[in-house]
Amino acid sequence: MKLTRRALPMLLAAPALAQAVPKVVVIGGGFGGTSCARALQGHGIAVTLVEARETYTSCPFSNAVIAGLRPISTLRFGYEGLRRAGITVVHGTATGVAGREVVLGDGTRLPFDRLVVSPGITLRFDALPGYSEAASETLPHAWQAGAQTELLARQLNAMEDGGTVIMTVPENPYRCPPGPYERASLIAYFLKTRKPRSKLLVLDAKDAFSKQRLFEAAWAALYPGILEYVPLSGGGKVTGVDVGARRVTTDFGDHDGAVINVIPPQRAGDLARVLAVADRSLWCPIDPESFESRLVPGVHVIGDAAIAGAMPKSAFAANAQGRVCAAAVAALLRGTPVQTPRLLNTCYSLVAPGYGISIAGVYRPANGLLTDVPGAGGTSPLNAPPTTREAEAHYAEDWFQTITTDAFG
Amino acid sequence: MRWRLLALLAWPAMAMAQEAPPGASTCLGCHASTRTDAAIPSLRGRDPADVAEAMRAFREGRRPATLMDRLAKGFSEEESQAIAAWIVR
Repeated sequence: MKLTRRALPMLLAAPALAQAVPKVVVIGGGFGGTSCARALQGHGIAVTLVEARETYTSCPFSNAVIAGLRPISTLRFGYEGLRRAGITVVHGTATGVAGREVVLGDGTRLPFDRLVVSPGITLRFDALPGYSEAASETLPHAWQAGAQTELLARQLNAMEDGGTVIMTVPENPYRCPPGPYERASLIAYFLKTRKPRSKLLVLDAKDAFSKQRLFEAAWAALYPGILEYVPLSGGGKVTGVDVGARRVTTDFGDHDGAVINVIPPQRAGDLARVLAVADRSLWCPIDPESFESRLVPGVHVIGDAAIAGAMPKSAFAANAQGRVCAAAVAALLRGTPVQTPRLLNTCYSLVAPGYGISIAGVYRPANGLLTDVPGAGGTSPLNAPPTTREAEAHYAEDWFQTITTDAFG
Repeated sequence: MRWRLLALLAWPAMAMAQEAPPGASTCLGCHASTRTDAAIPSLRGRDPADVAEAMRAFREGRRPATLMDRLAKGFSEEESQAIAAWIVR
């Protein structure tokens, strides 16, 4: 192009334009972080995503892997799609924030105008006597998908028919409220179809859980004599585990298992501690309008780590929060009012192949928390015909494809 | 300096155009705008009046649903229309 007097201002403007585009760093490459990064990018913001791992393994549908219903390769996602979209992806670990820069373990500094973190969860290996990270190599938690998911699947496969599988379920709050019960359902399905003389004992530290009536109705119909559920009031709270003996202890007695899946208590991911955005509850208080931390201004917290009131810790919720947070961050950066948001959540659970159930909710800020919009939300009907269960199982798969495409590209 | 000022004005102008009404962006968690093979349909390119009518029918229990009846009840007629207008783009 010939340089003319008219073109000159354009060329001068180009670097100024680049300077004026605000910078947001997003730390955490799960469903929340990736969704937020892509949404921020859509708002014309320069986004850098920081994530230690080069491959993400999805927790949604990992229970199907445990039950041998799908390969784990279908749950793995890389970050090339984000790079293609123009997002800078840095594989590293944040060690802190200095002024308006994120500091990584290798000394890299990433400047930001606002910071979004999606720390996920850290398992509290200190919370259950006898359990530890080392113990999880024998008694897997499989609550962060990946090698642990495969370990539990292998153990179930290798177990002799007639063995007892034990699952321990923690008190609230934890990642994916209906997740343990979907897992129990699909393990029961695996046992029924592959090792029919075996049993599954589910020891729960609570008396009530998500989609309870739907799960219990399905268990009674599909898995009688296989799945035994013990709530808190029946002695379900596990007070310790013995790794060597493959034994769990409750106040009511000991249980031996051929395979033991311990889902330990959880807290906000380590990143929340590093950035001091978690409070004494071990989770992160946020402003429900903008997801800005109540503890550290300029830092927004989304996903499982956030205290989101009625909104559950789910991949769908993290995706929704990522989008809403991105819109709020864009508004704050341009100095316009933050819109009062409305958020959705939908969680599907499979109780067997072709048998899906769901819980849905609509949320809005009230009294400083995200609260249920009255009259909306709820679970699938208790008396739905098989075609509805089939449709919901199908929609669950469809949702998974959509959400992973949306998050990872 | 003058050009920098103009550039500063350019960023928000571009961003403003994309603001979704409350609740709309999270619909995309299921209704993908980029997938064409989805069982849960994309709403891009639909008539906004049809989308608003579907939301009304779900809300009033006039249309068979798995879960849209539960979600549609979280929005008023006015909110549904705003969502419909945005999500078809």
